[in-house]
Amino acid sequence: MSEKNDSNPNETELDTEHWLQAYEQMVKIRTFEETANDLYTSARMPGITHLYIGEEAIAVGICEALRQDDYITSTHRGHGHCLAKGADLDRMFAELLGKEAGYCRGKGGSMHIADQETGNLGANGIVGGSAGIATGAGMSIKLRGTDQVSVCFFGDGALGQGLLYESMNMAQLWKLPVIYVCENNQYGEYTHNSKTAAGSMVGRASGFGVHAQAIDGQDIRTVHATARLVIERARKGGGPAFLVCNTYRFRGHHVGDIDRPYRTREEEAEWAKRDPLTLLEDWLLKSEQAEKQVLERIQQEVKTAVDDAVAFAEEASFPSESEVDRHVYA
Amino acid sequence: MSTLENGTRCSPAIHAPGERQITFGQAIREAIAEEMARDENVFVIGEDVAEAGSVFKVLVGLLDEFGPERVIDSPISEAGIAGIGVGAAITGMRPIVDIMFGDFTTLVMDQLVNQAAKTHYMSGGKLTVPMVLRTTLGASRRSAAQHSQSLHALFSHIPGLKVALPATPYDAKGLMKTAIRDDNPVVIFEDKMLYQEKGPVPEEEYTLPLGQADVKRTGEDITIIATSSMVYVGLEAADKLASIGISAELIDPRTTNPLDSDTLIQSAKKTSRALVLDEGYRQYGVTGEIASVIADGAFYYLDAPVKRIGAMNVPVPFSPAMEDLTIPDADDVVETAKAMCAGDS
Repeated sequence: MSEKNDSNPNETELDTEHWLQAYEQMVKIRTFEETANDLYTSARMPGITHLYIGEEAIAVGICEALRQDDYITSTHRGHGHCLAKGADLDRMFAELLGKEAGYCRGKGGSMHIADQETGNLGANGIVGGSAGIATGAGMSIKLRGTDQVSVCFFGDGALGQGLLYESMNMAQLWKLPVIYVCENNQYGEYTHNSKTAAGSMVGRASGFGVHAQAIDGQDIRTVHATARLVIERARKGGGPAFLVCNTYRFRGHHVGDIDRPYRTREEEAEWAKRDPLTLLEDWLLKSEQAEKQVLERIQQEVKTAVDDAVAFAEEASFPSESEVDRHVYA
Repeated sequence: MSTLENGTRCSPAIHAPGERQITFGQAIREAIAEEMARDENVFVIGEDVAEAGSVFKVLVGLLDEFGPERVIDSPISEAGIAGIGVGAAITGMRPIVDIMFGDFTTLVMDQLVNQAAKTHYMSGGKLTVPMVLRTTLGASRRSAAQHSQSLHALFSHIPGLKVALPATPYDAKGLMKTAIRDDNPVVIFEDKMLYQEKGPVPEEEYTLPLGQADVKRTGEDITIIATSSMVYVGLEAADKLASIGISAELIDPRTTNPLDSDTLIQSAKKTSRALVLDEGYRQYGVTGEIASVIADGAFYYLDAPVKRIGAMNVPVPFSPAMEDLTIPDADDVVETAKAMCAGDS
């Protein structure tokens, strides 16, 4: 099920410099994920990982509308959120490789990256598991009387989890500044959401009186403009919002899911026409805000930074044995 | 607080004369009120905690004292409020999440076990979850199988959580205050049957460390290790045993995680016998863990196998005629202790 997109809000124009920054962030996520896949296929990375490729416009569109002291919670498919909120490539790769220099000293890995300095309260291996945490951060903001906001990223798979509904109910009751961002990438693991989600997605939130809308998650301009409106509204005490961002998981559920028997190559090809990076590139070129060389230079710079980060992570040391029982308790 | 010869600290006698006597429920309330006054980041959230003052009336008056922003009536959404607790704790608050009955903690399992308990570790020590989850345990209220369980063993199993189960008003207040100040998630189990129990609680401020057992009665022949309301069952049994010439020492671990193994082992070495008494289901429970700790630590000093008494391995039945059979009583303890001391256990 793909929710019908609501009409675009009035676009909030960023200047060219900021669009190029957003472009760089999206390229960074794409390159990070392609590299993570390479690390997996060449057996240089322990475990598996879930790639965000195809969904970059959402994380970047939302996070470019946030301040550093705003909070996010993320998912098992979370690298994009972490990077978009400001995480460094070095420490991200180091965490994926289980190194002590990683964001979590190698204790979290791909699915649990947390970075307090950029307001990232942690990616979560439990689908929908962070709905309460993001809402609690909203409660904390309200009690402390600041004008921060809290963004809860989750996939359409989380629509099956009751915690989400308990949380949205309370967020609306108490007008908490929480933005629930449903990245509707069509599949919960290997199952299309037409088999798992009855009725309306936005209706789930609007039933609580939460401001809810479905938008095109492939177009960063739409995502960003919508995000700014609901985030500013939440900052001013207007309460929570729920965005269904229609998107597509370009790769499998995880790096090892390469056959994807649960969907057709034709469906994938249709969505590939709406690659969020290409859409932004085309617009930047067409609106004459950037020339092709500028975009290529950004891609090259990101590639170099990613290569350097991988080298850093591969050279970094594994945690010592004494690390294993540290941090069980504060 | 006095100090025994072996260095173990001992709280005031359960019915010490002369001191201010308040109920267990009042002690909990006092602890929470004092900590809320001391630290503006402390707040209470739960079902019926504000206007009703909780179903057991333990929190009556908090709403008037601290207002609805800090004493928050929630929907009946246990997982949701636990999640709110975790998120608020990570971002600088010190929430007290109130789960009305211990049986309902099954609804917050993910938030406690996968989120609260693991956040500090998974983040490499960067995030902390200074949250208290208070709930109940204990049968005998004729409330049947979904309002009578003692599920503290489930949480004691989980690294990253701390678990306290006070038996006296003095312990309840001291442990609650410490739990609120602790930077880790702490689950406090209060026996519903103890709320009206009175005991000495000093006027002046004090806290009690988590992970320090308390000797409730000294003895020479057998060590009874008892938790929560089973402390009273154990003390009643100790009186009966004294009348037949058996001197029982009674130790309350007060927290099951961390567990004060040293004090338990030391006492077992001294008396050479240990009997563990707890209201959780006997199978895979707190009694099994403590018995194992003592067997490991005091084996060569023991004159009898470590014995344990827990709730019967059945869902708690409604009918009084059956419910009482499922809960350990003093006679069970006396019979077991006698057999152990007679050498025919």
